Amino acid sequence: MPYRILKRKDLIPGQTILMVVDAPMIAAKSRPGNFVILRVSEKGERVPLTIADADAAAGTITIVFLVVGKTTAQLATLREGEDILDVCGPLGRATHIEKCGSVICVGGGTGIAAMHHIAKGHHQMGNRVVAVIGARNKDLLLFCDELGSFCPEVLIATDDGSRGHKGFVTELLKARLEEDKDIAEVVAVGPVPMMEAVAGVTKPFGVKTTVSLNSIMVDGIGMCGACRCTVGGKVRFACVDGPEFDGHAVDFQELRMRLGQFRAEEKVSLEKFRAES
Amino acid sequence: MTDTKKTPTPKKSKTPRTPMPEQPPMVRAANFLEVTLGYTGELAALEASRCLQCKTPLCRKGCPVEIDIPGFIGRLKAGDRDGAYRVLRQTNSLPAVCGRVCPQEVQCEGSCILGKKGEPVAIGRLERYVADSFAAENGCMQLTGETTCALPREIKVACIGSGPSSLTVAGYLSALGVKVTVFEALHELGGVLIYGIPEFRLPKDVVRREVDAMRALGVEFKTNWVGGKTILVQELLDQGFDAVFVGVGAGLPRFMDIPGESLIGVYSANEYLTRVNLGRAYAFPEYDTPVFRGKQVAVVGGGNVAMDSARTALRLGAERVTIVYRRTKGEMPARREELEHALEEGVKLEILANPLRYNGDKDRRLVSVTLERQKLGEPDASGRRSPEPTGETFDLPIDTAVVAIGTRPNPILLEATPELKLSKRGYIEVNPETGETSIPGVYAGGDIVTGSATVISAMGAGRRAAQSIIRKFVGEDAVQ
Repeated sequence: MPYRILKRKDLIPGQTILMVVDAPMIAAKSRPGNFVILRVSEKGERVPLTIADADAAAGTITIVFLVVGKTTAQLATLREGEDILDVCGPLGRATHIEKCGSVICVGGGTGIAAMHHIAKGHHQMGNRVVAVIGARNKDLLLFCDELGSFCPEVLIATDDGSRGHKGFVTELLKARLEEDKDIAEVVAVGPVPMMEAVAGVTKPFGVKTTVSLNSIMVDGIGMCGACRCTVGGKVRFACVDGPEFDGHAVDFQELRMRLGQFRAEEKVSLEKFRAES
Repeated sequence: MTDTKKTPTPKKSKTPRTPMPEQPPMVRAANFLEVTLGYTGELAALEASRCLQCKTPLCRKGCPVEIDIPGFIGRLKAGDRDGAYRVLRQTNSLPAVCGRVCPQEVQCEGSCILGKKGEPVAIGRLERYVADSFAAENGCMQLTGETTCALPREIKVACIGSGPSSLTVAGYLSALGVKVTVFEALHELGGVLIYGIPEFRLPKDVVRREVDAMRALGVEFKTNWVGGKTILVQELLDQGFDAVFVGVGAGLPRFMDIPGESLIGVYSANEYLTRVNLGRAYAFPEYDTPVFRGKQVAVVGGGNVAMDSARTALRLGAERVTIVYRRTKGEMPARREELEHALEEGVKLEILANPLRYNGDKDRRLVSVTLERQKLGEPDASGRRSPEPTGETFDLPIDTAVVAIGTRPNPILLEATPELKLSKRGYIEVNPETGETSIPGVYAGGDIVTGSATVISAMGAGRRAAQSIIRKFVGEDAVQ
């Protein structure tokens, strides 16, 4: 069954790409928070990508990825009408979404896309969603319009102040938590330092904080333990126990170290790919 | 008593057991090619000539899938290799695999009458010879359309997972004309035969050939389908499958819950082997999946998975590989042959030692493991003498540790199928005679029922389930 790319769009040219992929079986079961494992070539690696959106009626899922390594660089070369070799999912536990009032969803960089699916889920449940998104500059912001279509507020922070608040999402988040005591939950998806900083900000407020971990995975189906992380002193597997965990309990330092364990090999792979293509 | 009367008096065979050609230890420890090279036609004929053709063969009783062993060896003796293959395939869907990975010494060969006084017939090696040489000359074409019974109507069966138990169900049922669809979660077919058992012990081409043979019999295979995620058991029943076989295998790797297990350089055996076997990390960067090529490696555990991990580490260029085991050599659950192969290749043993903690540097990279010396106490429930800590500790400098101490049930399908009754240990409970679960029409077998076990025991479970499916939908007469 081919996983055909029906739509492909450069959200940030050469850097962040959106693909709408024909995968009816996955789309039918996909819930916010789920991810897929994909493989681009016969000698390729299995990599996890969060599902940014799903349309069960159209039989499609949307993925958004940043070109960081060989697999994503190779995926970026695929055009509309071409097929992704393997797409497996939907994997992981879906986000726990219940009617709880007001929720703040924080997204950083490519994580905004994954956060979008969760924010949409909260909105559909009837929660009031405040989106807080950030990037280095205005050209690197994603999904502003999509989030704006259902979130009453989309707060924006850029490092250079080219749009919205000049500074970090955590500053916007802190200000909002100080003035709004009714926030039931904060969800954060993005780079590890951002998620860690968000958890640091929300802790004094005692607000439930959920983060989505982007651990290294091999099978993604609970078989290998590559994605293990320490949460509340206990070892958990991001692929079957997560990928979302209590942000106040995650050992972020360990996560950062484990994410970097194959940096040298990742560089070799990417350079080889660039040299050959 | 009657058994022994019918069989010839045990006597020492005049011909000694034919040795298996192998790559020399120091050569093979540096490559991923198959260690054992297989019999030639002459060697196979010589070994087959040792078989006494017992009237009441004990070897057959020792086989979990009851291969007609004197039958296939007899045909081989008579020069009828194709006939020998057909006998194998009657009860064994994966002869080329079993000939390589079965623990024959405790099964068929362990029961061989020649073994009472001398050495048993090398049944496994003969099985491998027949399967390999048949496949090499005939491919799978000869198998197409060989159905042996008339079904009352079209019967459809789904298998979840494509490991040895599911492949056995698929092979058995498709040979009888049942329409089988196999759903596999990974991108490659074969389950543990692909991600778990290394290339040097079971070449992936052998697995692919066995899968192709089933395709030739009409089995349909679907990859990237996760039972419990992409498709639910109930949905398969609703879609018109008459029966569903769940063979999703072992799952979450066990860790010891000691400090430092998340340090960089500590792997579960599943991760280590999956990277190397499924991901072909031994051929990085030609293949994209990386693995850390440690120089000083400790493998914790004493089973076949530990042996596979240790031998893999050697082949990835380790200077020293140490198997750390808390009992002694005699209590190791690994096959003798695997242990001997590992030792020949230069793997070291640190017995009566148990990890207390892994130690890392400031970057959380593994630098050593602290071990505690053990002594053997009274036998435990498994009949093996249990290790007791002595308090004496020492450090082993290592940059890689591979934890090979078993697995827990994979939760994905079980959580998605709450109606499935589970055992106290969390595995699927089945009727031991039929393999049927608490959901009518849903069968299970292999590691998801027994916990970590052997390929052949999973195949035995697959065969039992397939037989009960035939009994239920066709009738007793059709059961083979």
